[in-house]
Amino acid sequence: MEKSIKKYFPIFALPTLIAFTIGFIIPFVLGVYLSFCNFTTINDAKFIGIDNYTKIFTDETFVHALWYTALFTVVSVITINVIAFAIAMLLTKGIKGTNIFRTVFFMPNLIGGIVLGYIWQLILNGVLLYFERTLTFSATYGFWGLIVLMNWQQIGYMMIIYIAGIQNVPGELIEAAKIDGATSGQILRKVTIPMVMPSITICSFLTLTNSFKLFDQNLALTAGAPSNKSQMLALNIYDTFYGRVGWEGVGQAKAVVFFIMVAIIAVIQLGATRQKEVQQ
Amino acid sequence: MGVRKAKHGGILTFIFSLISILWVCPIVIVLINSFKKKSFISNEPFSIPTGKVFVGLDNYINGIEKIDFFSAFFNSLFITVGSVFVIVLCTSMCGWYITRVKNKFTSSIYYLCVFSMIVPFQMVMFTLSKIADMLKLDNPLGIILVYLGFGAGLAVFMFCGFVKSIPLEIEEAAMIDGCTPIQTYFQIVLPVLKPTCITVAILQAMWIWNDYLLPYLVLDLKKYKTIPIAIQYLKGGYGSVDMGAMMAMLILAIIPIVIFYLCCQKYIIEGVIAGAVKG
Repeated sequence: MEKSIKKYFPIFALPTLIAFTIGFIIPFVLGVYLSFCNFTTINDAKFIGIDNYTKIFTDETFVHALWYTALFTVVSVITINVIAFAIAMLLTKGIKGTNIFRTVFFMPNLIGGIVLGYIWQLILNGVLLYFERTLTFSATYGFWGLIVLMNWQQIGYMMIIYIAGIQNVPGELIEAAKIDGATSGQILRKVTIPMVMPSITICSFLTLTNSFKLFDQNLALTAGAPSNKSQMLALNIYDTFYGRVGWEGVGQAKAVVFFIMVAIIAVIQLGATRQKEVQQ
Repeated sequence: MGVRKAKHGGILTFIFSLISILWVCPIVIVLINSFKKKSFISNEPFSIPTGKVFVGLDNYINGIEKIDFFSAFFNSLFITVGSVFVIVLCTSMCGWYITRVKNKFTSSIYYLCVFSMIVPFQMVMFTLSKIADMLKLDNPLGIILVYLGFGAGLAVFMFCGFVKSIPLEIEEAAMIDGCTPIQTYFQIVLPVLKPTCITVAILQAMWIWNDYLLPYLVLDLKKYKTIPIAIQYLKGGYGSVDMGAMMAMLILAIIPIVIFYLCCQKYIIEGVIAGAVKG
């Protein structure tokens, strides 16, 4: 059977492979190469070694964006997952209206980053008006604004995944723990959380990468104001490419560093939480 | 698992009702502001428009004209529907092929797809936009190919995961009865893959409909804009922001999503759960 399928390679696999080559493989390889070059377009690239990379860490905006993004990622991963898990726990108790609540909480997730950014710009500026401030007054306001925005957007999505995980915990297990005299706190820590560890793995992975790679929301909410202080890494890279003449090479080098960071974080995170998963 | 009886059901329902109302507040506030005269929006965003402040549908008419909303809407619709259709069709075939034909080449494709899932778009944005330019992919039809390429990783990965769980015997039986691989695929495999197709379609549609940076860099913006690009233009291109038009366009951008969500809620939620388990 394998042989007869094999002959159909041009029909089954080739279209995807051509697109994958154009849309991913070539841009990726070329991107790595260009990070060692001085260029304005692809055709005038000159190889200059690692100069672009040494420039990155003397660029203060990048270092600032890196810390800003790291802090943002930590805070948003914790808040989103804790709140989403708590809501999921309460919504699996079988209270009235559970379906409606679930529908409402999930909805913001479908709204795109740009639209979300402008919605919250209006609301947050409206609230800050009472204190005679605006979102762009300092990077701290932009920071918490983004946290609120991300929570509003992502809690619903993570809640859905947690609900599915919690519903998969066998009822007998909880009953058995109760009969053995466990308190509800003990049941949560010793039974529920270990049993939903796969959901925790995937949710923390998704929130981690979403937060670290955040771009649209950052652009629409503050666009880096004031003076690039609320700029996150993805926006900083974009700015280096399209906002500063002659910095394209550095921008590409930053992108490579950014990619390596995302990859390392993803591997470490998956390794760390997978270890805690138990066999069902 | 039977439904556990809640101890404090009534109180919890009440609290969650309050939170739910709070949850939709941001959208309601934008909706209210979309009927206000534009100079009143930034100054008093939480007041109800009455008398002089109320301008009816003026903001909507104004905004639609300014950014040519309907052409942006149809561009977004065409790109999303076209890309999702092409992605589901091509990557499901590819996923089946590389799972059934086992050699070094197909398994390296599989690992490349897994690898591509963690590569952030910024890594390839410059080179991808230049290549798309060179190959004249800067129109709604061409960008479908770009989406197929950049979205292939996740989709192929998910299809491979599912194809592995389909018993080989059904396909073998079909082939022995004289089906060609193409017939086998469309009559036997594709119907079995349907749930995964829906999952992939939902995840990709949510991404492509809302995507800003990729179409912004790839499309010829003088001719084609998508909804997120049009909204961002409202801020960038006209000096001071017309808040009235902005509010109205935000609402018009949200309405199709809410309708889609309420119609396909079951599939969307199932898709999200299935996507998380596979991912």
